[in-house]
Amino acid sequence: MSAVEDVVTEAPAVEAVPKRAMTLGSGTSIVVLLLLIAVPLFAKNFVIFQLTQLLYLGLAVLALNILTGGSGQFSLGQSAFYGIGAYITAVMMEQFNIPYFLCLPVAGVLCFGVGFLFGQPALRLSGVYLALATFALATAMPQLLKLNFLEKWTGGVQGLVVTKPDAPFGLPMSQDMWLYYFTLVVVLAIYIFSVNLLRSRSGRAFMAIRDNEIAASAMGVNVALYKTLAFGVSAGITGVAGGLSAIAVQFVAPDSFTITLAIQLFLGMVVGGVGWLPGSIIGAAFIIFVPNIAEGISKGLSGAVFGVLLFLVIYLVPHGARQVAILGQQFAGRLRKN
Amino acid sequence: MTAVRFPVVALFAAFALCTAMNTAALAQKAYDNGASDTEIRIGNIMPYSGPASAYAAIGKAEEAYFNKINAEGGINGRKIKFISYDDAYSPPKTVEQARKLVESDNVLLIFGSLGTSTNGAIRKYMNESKVPQLFVASGASKWNDPKQYPWTMGWQPSYASEAKIYAKYIMKEKPDAKIGVLYQNDDFGKDYLKGLKEGLGDKAPMIVLEEPYDTSEPAIDEHVVKLKASGADVFISITTPKFAAQAIKKAAEIAWHPMHIVSNVSTSVGGVIEPAGYEISQGILSASYLKDGSDPQWNADDGMKRFYNFIAQYDPKANKLDVGVVFGYAAAQTMARVLQMCGDNLTRDNVMKQAASLKDFAPDTLLPGIRINTAPDNFAPIEQLQMMRFTGKAWELFGDVISSNLAH
Repeated sequence: MSAVEDVVTEAPAVEAVPKRAMTLGSGTSIVVLLLLIAVPLFAKNFVIFQLTQLLYLGLAVLALNILTGGSGQFSLGQSAFYGIGAYITAVMMEQFNIPYFLCLPVAGVLCFGVGFLFGQPALRLSGVYLALATFALATAMPQLLKLNFLEKWTGGVQGLVVTKPDAPFGLPMSQDMWLYYFTLVVVLAIYIFSVNLLRSRSGRAFMAIRDNEIAASAMGVNVALYKTLAFGVSAGITGVAGGLSAIAVQFVAPDSFTITLAIQLFLGMVVGGVGWLPGSIIGAAFIIFVPNIAEGISKGLSGAVFGVLLFLVIYLVPHGARQVAILGQQFAGRLRKN
Repeated sequence: MTAVRFPVVALFAAFALCTAMNTAALAQKAYDNGASDTEIRIGNIMPYSGPASAYAAIGKAEEAYFNKINAEGGINGRKIKFISYDDAYSPPKTVEQARKLVESDNVLLIFGSLGTSTNGAIRKYMNESKVPQLFVASGASKWNDPKQYPWTMGWQPSYASEAKIYAKYIMKEKPDAKIGVLYQNDDFGKDYLKGLKEGLGDKAPMIVLEEPYDTSEPAIDEHVVKLKASGADVFISITTPKFAAQAIKKAAEIAWHPMHIVSNVSTSVGGVIEPAGYEISQGILSASYLKDGSDPQWNADDGMKRFYNFIAQYDPKANKLDVGVVFGYAAAQTMARVLQMCGDNLTRDNVMKQAASLKDFAPDTLLPGIRINTAPDNFAPIEQLQMMRFTGKAWELFGDVISSNLAH
C-alpha cells in the first residue's frame, strides 16, 4: 500500500503544475484522438472489439483514478458499480426494450446514487480500512445479483443475453465499428468532463482532501460532502463503463463481476499512473493484453508470467505510464536543447 | 488432314474430360474457414486459471488426444490444430477468446468449451456467425435446443437427464416412496428438480418436500432435519461436494436412514465420501456414465486399455484418477468421430449435420452399453446412465444402463 500512498501524497516533480499533470498536451491529444478515430477503419472486427474493450475498461480505470488519484480514497469495490451499471443497462434493454443510448445515462445516475450512499458509511473509514469495506461490496455483488426475487429480470445465474445495436441511419458500418465509435464518443465526453471536474473548485477540493484532510477542512472544504461526491462520481462513471461493456460483450452474468475485475481495475490504475488520467487507457491496455501475452509465453504458468511482468513494471517504473511519459518529455526537452 | 485433325480433337476431348474430372473432384472437397487439404483448426476455451482451473485437465487431455491422432496420421489425412485459450471462467473473457478464435485464428469450430455461464455468453455470437459450438462441457439442459440454437450442442448427460433416471429408478423400486429433495438454489439445482418432476410425471406429488439451500450458507444441518421431519423415506441430495458430505453426516447424526441418492456431481470418493465417513456412506446411490480410471474392474477392459496406453504415451503427466481426463478423452474421441464422418466436406454446415447424425457411437471411456446418439431434433448426445451403490470403499455399478428417455 505504501508505494501507492507515496504517489498519492508525495506526488513527484510534476506536482508544481498539477493541472497540466492531469492531462496530455494539446498536440499529443490530437494525435491520440486521430489514431483512435482512424485505426478501426483499417482493422478487423475482432480488433475493433478489443479496442472497444480498451475504451470502456479505460473508462472504468479513469473512474477509479478520479477517486484514488483525485480524492485519495481507495476502492476495491469498483466491480460492484461496474456490475450494477451493466445489469441496469442489460435489463432495461432486454426486458423493457429501451434504446441503449438512454440506458447508459440511467445506469450512470443510479450508480452515482449507489456510490454516494455507499460513501456515507465509508466516510468513517480511511486507507486500508476503506479498501476492505469496498472489498466486501465487491465480494457480495455476484451473490446479490443471483437473488431469487430479482431473477425475473436478471435471469439469475444464467445471465442475460443483450442484443447488439445496429448502426443507425443505415450507416454502412458493422455493429462492432458502430459500437466502437459510440463508445469513443461517450468516453471522450466523460474524459473531458473529468478533466474539467478536476480543474474546477470541486476538483481542487478533492485534491486538498487527498493531500491533507485536516488542512482542507481548515480551509473550509466540506470534507464529508466532497468525499462522498468523489465516490458518487467515480461510481457513476464506472456504471456507464459497465453498461458499455454489457452492450459490447452482449452478455451479463454474476460471474462477470467478481472481485477479480475490481483488482484488475486497481492494477490498471497503478500501471497507468495514479492521478494521471490519460494513463487510464494504458492501464486498461495492460490488463487486457498482458494476460494474453503471458498465456502465449506459457499456458500452464500464465499467472506466474503475468506476475513477473507486473513486478517488472512496478520495479522499473513505480509511477506507471505517467513516469514513462515524464521521462519521455524530459528526453525530448534535452534533445531540443542540444 | 483428318488424320492430323483427329489427335487434336482427341486432345481437346481428353483435356475437357480432365477439367470435368477436376471440377468433380473439387466439388467433393468443400471447405469453410479453418479447414484445408492438410489441416483442420479447432478452437477451445478452458479455465486454465481462476476459480475453476481444476477442470483444465479436460483441455489438456483433449489436446493430448489430438496429438495422438496427428501422430497416427490425422483425420482423413488432415492434421488437427487444436487452439486452446484461457478464459479464467469469466464470461466477458470467453467472448473475447471466442471472437479471437473465430475471427483471428479462423477455426472451423469451437469444441468443448467449459462452463454454463461462459458458454451462455458466446452462444448467441456463435449462432449468429454460424460457427459450430460443439460438445459444450456443461450439464445444463439448455444446450439441447436445436430449433433456437442450431449451432450449439451439448455432450454429457444433462442434470435433467440424470434426475429423470433417478425418477425412473424410484418409481420402479419404491412406488410408494415419499421423496424429500434438498437442492442447491441455482441453475444446477433447479435444472435437476425440473428434470426430476418431469421424470415422475403425474407421480410428482410423491415429492413431499423441496428444500432449497444457498451456497453462501455455512452448514445445511437444519434443512436435513426438516427433511427428516417431513416423513420422507427417499432423500435426493442435489448438492455440490461440500454440502453433499455435510448432508450425509447430518442424516447419520439424527439417525435418518432413507434411500439416499446423491447427484453425480458429488460422487468423488476423496472429496465427499471420505470426509463424510465410509461407514455411514454405505448404500448411498448415484448414477454414472464414465468409467472410473481408478477402478480395477476396468483393467481388462479393451477401451480402458487403450485409455491407459494413451495416458502412458501422450499425456504421462495426467492423473488417471482425475475424472476430467476420462471425460476429455471421450469428448475428443467424439469430436474426432464427427470430423471423420465429414469426409472431405468440411463445411460448418456439414459438421453440424454429421454431429447431429451420430449413431450408437461408444467412446472408450464411457460405461459399457452407453451409446451416443444424436438427431436433427436431438442435440443431447449422452442420455443414458447406470445406477451405482457405494459399497465398501468404492462405487459398485448395478442394474442395466437406464435411458432418460421417458418412452423406454
